[in-house]
Amino acid sequence: MRFMYIVTSSHPPGPPTPALMEAMGKLADREIKAGRMIDSGGLMPVAMGAQVRITDGQLRIVDGPFVETKEVIGGYAIFELRDKEEAVAAAVEFMQLHKDHMPGWEGTCEVRSFAMPAHEGGCQVDALARA
Amino acid sequence: MTAAGLHHTILAVWRIEQPRLITSLARILRDVPLAEDLTQEALLAALEHWPATGIPEKPGAWLMATAKRRALDHLRRGQMLARKHEMLASDMEQEQQTMPDWDTALDDDIGDELLRLVFTACHPMLSREARAALALRMICGLTTEEIARAFLLPEATIAQRIVRAKRTLSESGLGYETPRGEELSERLSSVLEVVYLIFNEGYTAARGEHWLRPQLCHEAVRMGRVLISIAPHEPEAHGLLALMELNASRTAARTDAAGEPILLLEQNRALWDQLQIRRGIQALGRARELGGAGGFYVLQAAIIACHAQASTAAQTEWSRISGLYAELAALARSPIIELNRAVAVGMAEGPEAALVIVDGLALEPALKTYHLLGSVRGDLLQKLGRFEEARAAFEAAAELAGNRREQDLLRRRAAEAASAAAS
Repeated sequence: MRFMYIVTSSHPPGPPTPALMEAMGKLADREIKAGRMIDSGGLMPVAMGAQVRITDGQLRIVDGPFVETKEVIGGYAIFELRDKEEAVAAAVEFMQLHKDHMPGWEGTCEVRSFAMPAHEGGCQVDALARA
Repeated sequence: MTAAGLHHTILAVWRIEQPRLITSLARILRDVPLAEDLTQEALLAALEHWPATGIPEKPGAWLMATAKRRALDHLRRGQMLARKHEMLASDMEQEQQTMPDWDTALDDDIGDELLRLVFTACHPMLSREARAALALRMICGLTTEEIARAFLLPEATIAQRIVRAKRTLSESGLGYETPRGEELSERLSSVLEVVYLIFNEGYTAARGEHWLRPQLCHEAVRMGRVLISIAPHEPEAHGLLALMELNASRTAARTDAAGEPILLLEQNRALWDQLQIRRGIQALGRARELGGAGGFYVLQAAIIACHAQASTAAQTEWSRISGLYAELAALARSPIIELNRAVAVGMAEGPEAALVIVDGLALEPALKTYHLLGSVRGDLLQKLGRFEEARAAFEAAAELAGNRREQDLLRRRAAEAASAAAS
C-alpha cells in the first residue's frame, strides 16, 4: 500500500534544529535503504506560492503569503508499506524525533493512503487476511 | 484500540525494528539462525507485555533489551562452548549496562550485517524454496503464517522448511559469514534468483486468489531496494530491481474489473504507475553506469523499459526490443527467449522474418508441449494470409493450452482463420 505523509506545523518556532535535521536525515536514509520510502520532497516557503480559489462561485488567484493560513505544509514523503498500522508506526517514530530534538515544536504528520483502482492486484496489502 | 488492532500495531512496530534487532543479535552471537529465534522471542514478549503497559516511547530499545536478555539466558543455558560463552556473556553484560542509549542506534550503519543476513538466508546450499521462506522471514519480517498464506501452503509446511533450513545453516557452520569480492558477485546470483522467484510467485499468480499473492511482489521489490543499498556496485542487483519496479508499474492495468488478464499491448497505459516507472528507469540507468548493460536481469529490464517508455502501443520500439532479445538469447540460450525474440522481430521486420525463427524452433523438445509456439506461429501465418495453415496451428495450440480461457481464445482464432480461408 502506498501512503503519503504530509507534515504541517502551525507556529514553527524557527527552522529545524541541527539535531532534528540530523536525526531526520538518518531516519530517511534508513527508510530509503529499507525500501519503504520511495519518494520525498520539501516545499519552498508559503510566501513564494500561490493559491487558486473558488469562493461564492468566484474564481481568484491569491499570491502568498496567506495571512489566514494556520497550518503550513513543509514537505511530503511517499512510502510503500504493508498496512495502515505500519504507516502509523512509522509516523510515530518520525514525530518522536521532533519531540526529542526540537522542544516546543508543534505540528501534525498526516498519514493518507493512496486511492488505487479497486481491482488492483499487485503490491497491495493482504487486507482480507487481517480482517 | 481493539485487541486485534493493538496486535497489528505491535507487529508493525516490531517490523520496523526487526532488521536492526536481528543484525545486532547476529553480530553479538555470531549465529544468524539463533539471532532470528531471539528476534521472534522479543516479538512474543512485546505481544505479551505491551497490551498491559502500552507501547513504550522507544520501542526499539525495549525490544533490543529484551532480546539481549534472552540471548544472555540462552548463553547461560550453556548451549555454547563454555569459554565462548563466558567471553560473550561478559561482553554482553557490559554492553547491557551501558546500553539504553537507543538514540545512537540510528547512527550505526547496519549495511554490512544486513548483507550477511541476506547472504545467509539465500545460501546456495539451501533449496530455492527454503531460501525464499527464510528470506521472507529474516529479511522482510513476515511471520510463518503470512508466508504460508502467500505461498498457498499449510503453515506447518513452511514452519518445517524454516526450521530445517536454519538447522542446516547452524550445523554446517554457515550461520555467520559474508562473502567478499569475487565470491560476493558469484553468491549474489543465488540471492537475486530467490528475490526474482518471490516476485514471480506473486506476479504471475498462477494459483490462488489474487488478494493473497500481491504481498509477495511487494516484499520482493522491497528486498530488491534493500539489495541495491547494501550491494550498490553490483549492476545485476540494480537490473533486477529495475525489472521488478517496471513490471510492478503495470499492476493496475493488468486485469479488468472482473479480474481477467489484459495483454500488455491492450492495457490502458494511463494506469501504469509513473513513479514506479521512474524508479525502474533510474535503476536501469545505474546498472548501465556500472557497466552492466549486458547482464541477464539488466537486458530483461531494458526490454520492459521499451514498453514502459512508449506512450502508446503503436510507438513501441520493436527493433530495439528485438535487438535486446538477440543479446539476451546469446547470453542465456533458451527456446522461450528465442520465441519472444521472434514476436519482436515480427513486429519490427514483418511476419516473414519471424516465421523463419519460429519454424527453426519447431523441433525444440522444450517447446513440444508449449502452446504459445503454435499460437505465435498461427498469428504469423494469419498475417501472411496463409489461413489454412494458421487454422491448423491455432487448433494444435488449443489442444496444448492449459486453461479454458486460453483454449477458447485459440479456438476462436482458429475459427477466424478457417472463415478467412473459406472466403
